[in-house]
Amino acid sequence: MIEIETVRLAYGDRTVLHDISLSLTERRIGIIGANGSGKSSFARLLNGLVLPSSGSVRIDGLDTRAKGKEVRRKVGFVFQNPDNQIVFPTVAEDLAFGMKNLRLPKDEIARKTDAILARYDLSDLRDHPAHLLSGGQKQLLAISGVLVMDPAYLVLDEPTTLLDLRNTRRIAAALEALAQTVILATHDLDLLEGFDRVLVFDEGRIVADDTPAAALPFYVERMA
Amino acid sequence: MLDLYRPGTSPLHSLSPGPKILVMMAAGTALFLVESLPLVLGALLLTLALYRLAGLTLGDALVQLRPLAPIFVIFLALQYWLSGPVLAAFVVLRLAALILLASLVTLTTRASDMIDTITRALALLRPLGVNPAKVGLAISLALRFIPVLGQITTDVREAQKTRGLERSVIATALPVAIRTLKMADDIADAIEARGYDPRA
Ligand SMILES: Nc1ncnc2c1ncn2[C@@H]1O[C@H](COP(=O)(O)OP(=O)(O)O)[C@@H](O)[C@H]1O
Ligand SMILES: [Mg+2]
Repeated sequence: MIEIETVRLAYGDRTVLHDISLSLTERRIGIIGANGSGKSSFARLLNGLVLPSSGSVRIDGLDTRAKGKEVRRKVGFVFQNPDNQIVFPTVAEDLAFGMKNLRLPKDEIARKTDAILARYDLSDLRDHPAHLLSGGQKQLLAISGVLVMDPAYLVLDEPTTLLDLRNTRRIAAALEALAQTVILATHDLDLLEGFDRVLVFDEGRIVADDTPAAALPFYVERMA
Repeated sequence: MLDLYRPGTSPLHSLSPGPKILVMMAAGTALFLVESLPLVLGALLLTLALYRLAGLTLGDALVQLRPLAPIFVIFLALQYWLSGPVLAAFVVLRLAALILLASLVTLTTRASDMIDTITRALALLRPLGVNPAKVGLAISLALRFIPVLGQITTDVREAQKTRGLERSVIATALPVAIRTLKMADDIADAIEARGYDPRA
């Protein structure tokens, strides 16, 4: 469970999230809102990439301020631009990075690498230079690099914004099949079909918190 | 070094990188002690035989030399003019053997294995305040992002061309610098999010 208690977030003297309190228990949670509404800031709070200026964020009881390392282990994060989160020159090396940080033994790293490559149909690309992958393959690799660390939660910040329709569908299918809790910030409302809960952000406040059936029309109306 | 690794199962691939690098360095040094043309020729042929052993072709070997072709021509011409054909051939063949030998190591060693080895070697420098894991990560990042920087520069130059600004150094350098800084910021976040602990 994710518990957010009277959180305010400011960059300098500019408040970008105002007094947010929620608890998230659903398996599929969507975050929508205009550019600059605070989606990324909210997402980053969830794995301790940013810390609240006041209030607290707890993941399964772990405070992001006090237990940053444990929190990052529980909450995987996927960024918008896969190019900037693939940090090793080749596919298999990059997959190993997070697992090495977890101090997993070599044979386990090899086993999990094989499994995830097979799962996403990337086995032929094992030793392929990362910069030669397609956009969709890069984002799948970025997601894989997080999944091999076995997080309980996966937070994704606009993972399909830079992708074409076909690759967006690949990512959507991958996300749908995950056992993890998924928290997805997106402009692509189609991705939220079947989600349990959608939070609508506007200027740093949550202006709707509902099922997709109710929250999506509300958002579309508001943006019109 | 980046695109160079060719997956394979040859004895050269399975040799661990440490000994491989040491042998290459020793052989490279030995090449400079050799003073006869036939011996250098022999060394070159031996190197090419090792390429075969690694499952690589003569074409692969030539590809390694191609970027240096202009240098070879200059050397050859200079040496020919200074000291005649035999010495010119000797110098150029020795250089070729050396480059092929070094390339053979990178062709048969994964960047990550190479980095692990360098990191272990650097552990000796820990008393001097060197953090080997950090150096290793820095090398990986450099290998990973050099092609990305190239891509960014190309993108920016193309964008500026449509505005007729391709000749202006500032119109290219400034956007490249800004995008690179933004990228560096994102990369730092990603590394942190993936559990990297700089103190470890
Ligand atoms: N590192 C930062 N420093 C200062 N301001 C920031 C920073 N990151 C985001 N902001 C500001 O916070 C507000 C919310 O941004 P963000 O969370 O990125 O929104 P979204 O992801 O919905 O576009 C924006 O006004 C943005 O300019
Ligand atoms: Mg954002």
